[in-house]
Amino acid sequence: MNATAETQPQPVAENEALVMARRRRAQKLQILSLFALVIVLPLAVRNSYYIHVIIFIGLNLILATGLNLLMGYAGQVSLGHAAFFGIGAYASGILTATYGWNAWPAMLAALVVTCLVAWLVGRPTLRLKGHYLAMATLGVGIIVSVVLRQWVDLTGGPAGMKTTGITTFGWELRSDADVHYYYFVWGWVCVLTILFANLVESRPGRALRALHDSELAAQILGIDTAAFKVRAFVISAAYASIAGTLYAHSSMRFISPTPFGFQTSIALLVMVVLGGQGTLWGPVVGAVTITFIQEFLRPFGEWEIVVYGLILMVLMVVMPGGLARGLGMLWHWGRERVGRLRAARAGGGA
Amino acid sequence: MTAVQVWQFFLSGLTTGGTYALIALGFSLVYNATGVINFAQGEFVMLGGMITATAIAAWGLPLWLAALIAVAITTVVGLVLDRAAIRPARHSSVVVLIIITVGASIFIRGLASIIWGPNERPLPAFSGEAPIVIFGATITAQSLWVLGATLVTALIMWAIFEYTIVGKAMRACAINPHAAQLCGIELSRMVSWSFALAAAVGAIAGIVLAPITMAQYNVGTMLGLKGFCAAILGGLGNGLGGILGGLVLGVLEALGAGLVSSQYKDAIAFIVLIIVLLIRPSGLLGREGGDP
Repeated sequence: MNATAETQPQPVAENEALVMARRRRAQKLQILSLFALVIVLPLAVRNSYYIHVIIFIGLNLILATGLNLLMGYAGQVSLGHAAFFGIGAYASGILTATYGWNAWPAMLAALVVTCLVAWLVGRPTLRLKGHYLAMATLGVGIIVSVVLRQWVDLTGGPAGMKTTGITTFGWELRSDADVHYYYFVWGWVCVLTILFANLVESRPGRALRALHDSELAAQILGIDTAAFKVRAFVISAAYASIAGTLYAHSSMRFISPTPFGFQTSIALLVMVVLGGQGTLWGPVVGAVTITFIQEFLRPFGEWEIVVYGLILMVLMVVMPGGLARGLGMLWHWGRERVGRLRAARAGGGA
Repeated sequence: MTAVQVWQFFLSGLTTGGTYALIALGFSLVYNATGVINFAQGEFVMLGGMITATAIAAWGLPLWLAALIAVAITTVVGLVLDRAAIRPARHSSVVVLIIITVGASIFIRGLASIIWGPNERPLPAFSGEAPIVIFGATITAQSLWVLGATLVTALIMWAIFEYTIVGKAMRACAINPHAAQLCGIELSRMVSWSFALAAAVGAIAGIVLAPITMAQYNVGTMLGLKGFCAAILGGLGNGLGGILGGLVLGVLEALGAGLVSSQYKDAIAFIVLIIVLLIRPSGLLGREGGDP
């Protein structure tokens, strides 16, 4: 590495600015193509089951994008992110179904509650070194899932509770047309993706990336690393809360504690790691892959979780750097093999 | 609420605390050797109980032989886990290793549900069901077995680490892996040892606990997480701290469940964990400023 850096001319500052501008333009193009795909996809996919799966991919994508900010940019791990998903879902579910609120203010209230919890947990733990946040979030995740199960008067307990739909100025999203909900969820995905892309390219985003690479160096540059980590944590919880509210008001009109437990928190971790941490497209790859794996395994019955556990282990052992890097390495390895074979054949012919 | 009731909660808390302490010991063993938080530790506990119950009920073996077989099989599972999943990913990030151990725990639990089905397996108490009265509170003889097993296992572990070459080598690896390797200690062998010991300790916890709570394929997850809680509480990587953490956690949980609310019993351990992390981030006996 060092030897090549010495022999090659150092890139000038102008060039770097140019590269950055080009990357941003490419990113804009990529997001626009995501928009286009989102708009035309329901025209190609008529099957309502697949639409349902794609809605789920959208929700997982929002969750994974938020977690990606925390893991890939701020370098912290959350083992209880499903809790924020759950708070978002139950807070707005209870406010609408039990107290008759409209879904929009309920969503805002859920967001405030989630952010508050995240701030209360994150502020003291993120000042410490190491993986204290991971442990504290593991605790929060389990406390929330126990509360969702046990506070029967409020949450309906393990049996779950009915929720309402989303009404905007008297116009309600219908529960029988999944396509409406599809556009609604993916509209949110697009907005939140753009927000994320802008955030990581902005000054706070660069600060986060600096502290991901070296907390000490970031501190020397005058970055208040603890404050930035808390902000990243609260924002990632906010993303989870929005996904939760969207889930609560989906066409099922029903929520139960099961999807907000430890297993979901782990699935979210896998999505971020598998897609490649700290990239814009990592969560997309991760959310699509894991959602499809989970759906694909459903018919396996009692073997479902055995195979799922095996897949998690194998994926992480074989591709610890994520799917993109893993496939890239596989591609290189294949090309090398082919090249060697060709060379051998050429050598044999001569 | 009388003093006798509190004393009763205290005693029953001490019993569960003993199990948490053994599980915490397993966490610390693996953590010291590898820096990995092994989320499959709880499944070792489940395997210990399930295999013993099966060996007694289905094969008609005496308890001591069934327990021995359970410990042996669980130890092999621990070794296979290390070889097949942890070793190939040794140099990966903490998150990747966490996902691998969680995947292993899901895998083992899934296989257990297929092999044994969803039913609970009873295991007879080791020395009868007669209750013992201590200052007005009653405990079962099995509780004494749990506490005895905790004490004996802890002493054996201490003896291993203090007096045997393998134990000393493992301690050296925990303090500084590079220096240990320079002294000719083979790191990967020590990691195997730590996984084997952790699995065996987990299995012992599962065997002595099974007559009290019954063995079932899915008991491992919550027990594992509580044991993890206990390990952090005492200071991760600190064996004595883990045992203390386990006992404290068990007692607080029993008192909380008895005096405040039994519904939220499972949440109490984690509330305690968060409070302790906020006040004393390195745990009760952990080094100040140490990385968990």
